[in-house]
Amino acid sequence: MNGPHLDFEKPIYELEKRISDLKELAGREGEDPLDNLELSREIKSLEEKLDKLAQDIYSKLSRWQRVQLARHPRRPCALDFIFLMTTEFVELHGDRYFADDKAIVGGFAKMDGKPVLVVGQQKGKDTKQKLFRNFGMPHPEGYRKALRLMQLASRFGKPVVVLVDTPGAFPGIGAEERGQAEAIARNLREMTRLRVPIIINIIGEGASGGALGIGVGDKVFMLENAWYSVISPEGCAAILWRDAAKAPEAAEALKLSAPDLMRLKIIDKIIPEPGGGAHRDPQKQAEILKGEILSAVNELEELSPEELIQKRIGKFRVMGEYLEREME
Amino acid sequence: MEWFRKAKEGLIPQRKKEIPDGIWVKCDSCGEIIYRKELEKDLWVCSKCDHHFRIKSREYINLVLDHGELEEYDANLESSDPLGFKDSKRYPDRIKGSQKKTDLKDAVVAGIGKVDGLEISFGVMDFGFIGGSMGSVVGEKVARTIERSSERRIPLVIVSCSGGARMQEGILSLMQMAKTSALLARLYDQNIPYISVLTNPTTAGVMASYASLGDVIIAEPKALLGFAGPRVIQQTIKQDLPPGFQSSEFFLEHGFLDIICHRKDLKKNISLLLEYLS
Repeated sequence: MNGPHLDFEKPIYELEKRISDLKELAGREGEDPLDNLELSREIKSLEEKLDKLAQDIYSKLSRWQRVQLARHPRRPCALDFIFLMTTEFVELHGDRYFADDKAIVGGFAKMDGKPVLVVGQQKGKDTKQKLFRNFGMPHPEGYRKALRLMQLASRFGKPVVVLVDTPGAFPGIGAEERGQAEAIARNLREMTRLRVPIIINIIGEGASGGALGIGVGDKVFMLENAWYSVISPEGCAAILWRDAAKAPEAAEALKLSAPDLMRLKIIDKIIPEPGGGAHRDPQKQAEILKGEILSAVNELEELSPEELIQKRIGKFRVMGEYLEREME
Repeated sequence: MEWFRKAKEGLIPQRKKEIPDGIWVKCDSCGEIIYRKELEKDLWVCSKCDHHFRIKSREYINLVLDHGELEEYDANLESSDPLGFKDSKRYPDRIKGSQKKTDLKDAVVAGIGKVDGLEISFGVMDFGFIGGSMGSVVGEKVARTIERSSERRIPLVIVSCSGGARMQEGILSLMQMAKTSALLARLYDQNIPYISVLTNPTTAGVMASYASLGDVIIAEPKALLGFAGPRVIQQTIKQDLPPGFQSSEFFLEHGFLDIICHRKDLKKNISLLLEYLS
């Protein structure tokens, strides 16, 4: 494994480097077989040490470290998941009103042969891609494209798989002119009315209305290190403490991790990340997620469209915590 | 050197009051000095420039409902502290402070009332309570307001005034957007009319859920509306915002409002529309 990594991952990468160096040494021809035996023992012991170290580091993450993992430069994005989980993907474009928003991708594909509609925010990895994708921050036309495709899927009885990964809906002049709030609000109502199973998967960042705008469904799954909240930690820190650098404290206060959301009964399941992080084994991560999505779809397809919608309304209806005092 | 020491105190910042006390009131917009009694009679609208002062939820009840009568529901709902949230204050203390200041339990008042004899389910938000922010209580009360419409098959009218979702309840606040919008889906399919009234300001989480989902959307003049706050937009795009950006007039121009209406005509418009949508 190489490439960019986070500070707290450094010991893992150093150890991995040592192992790969030793492997390279062992792989050389003409070395003494006895030395090679010695080397492979050494490699084996280091690999065991690596497993333990990785487990140790990734099992004790703070909320802020999880946020960093959710933004990891090598973390698989929506399109990575689409290519790893599906075949024969046909991407569809445009909202039919204004433009094709590159921050949201969508189209039909087959998941183990089963046709589904996939839609998600795409962030992009290198600078050029990030700019092209507007860092995964959709404009209203993105939400309208997503809705158009989901309604198409609903008319033709295809389940909807949503991959949520956004730092937020874009705050800009054009976005306001074209009704960012209206686009998100409409999606919340119209996704409720879709007549097919909808599986929401928070795969990275779930920032506020920008995430929820494609986030209403029958099941909400969340990767172990993804985050989902009413506001980004930076935004929260800027408002409450007038200092975006206090984001780590804000992340703690907002309770935005997958275990938090499980406790608050917002999500249905935490999807484990292999080897401590999705970026460490995207292939395996996609396998795990695909299995969960397919089994949920199968379960939900037992229900009639009316039952699906009633249950979906009921699911969101009970969210929230408050006190109801006896009237005096 | 007594006078010297005094000077060191500097200026004492004046606390900005929501609704000014005293006999005379200065208009926030044109600076006109108005006789308070006159302003009250004019429904807190400046007679010179038509500036709509922000008013309390109680005053919208008087304005919209017959005889100012609301059969209030769910007044016993109060915030818990699901996240154990603390910034400069503990969240429960912030709630208590706001309750004391406003004499409200949370940022929305809801119930059943009549508009020109027609029974409606009515909800009105109050900016005085933590900026009209929507946490679990606001979401639940709005949800029940929508349900009362659904169950009794009576029109729904919600007057919004909110800076958005309440940060102190984190993800639970966000989910109130989905909760209220999901119930509006059912109302939509029942063909029961919903009139959404937007007042200054209606932004973010409230604007991106029930406030934008009215069959008819009415706004007061020059209200600040929109998804993102102007400061956030300015910081993101790093350029000045055009004059009038995100005002009611801006959103009417861009096709997101049906009517901008003067406060004195609000009830008349609601009443007429409910007649047409029956």
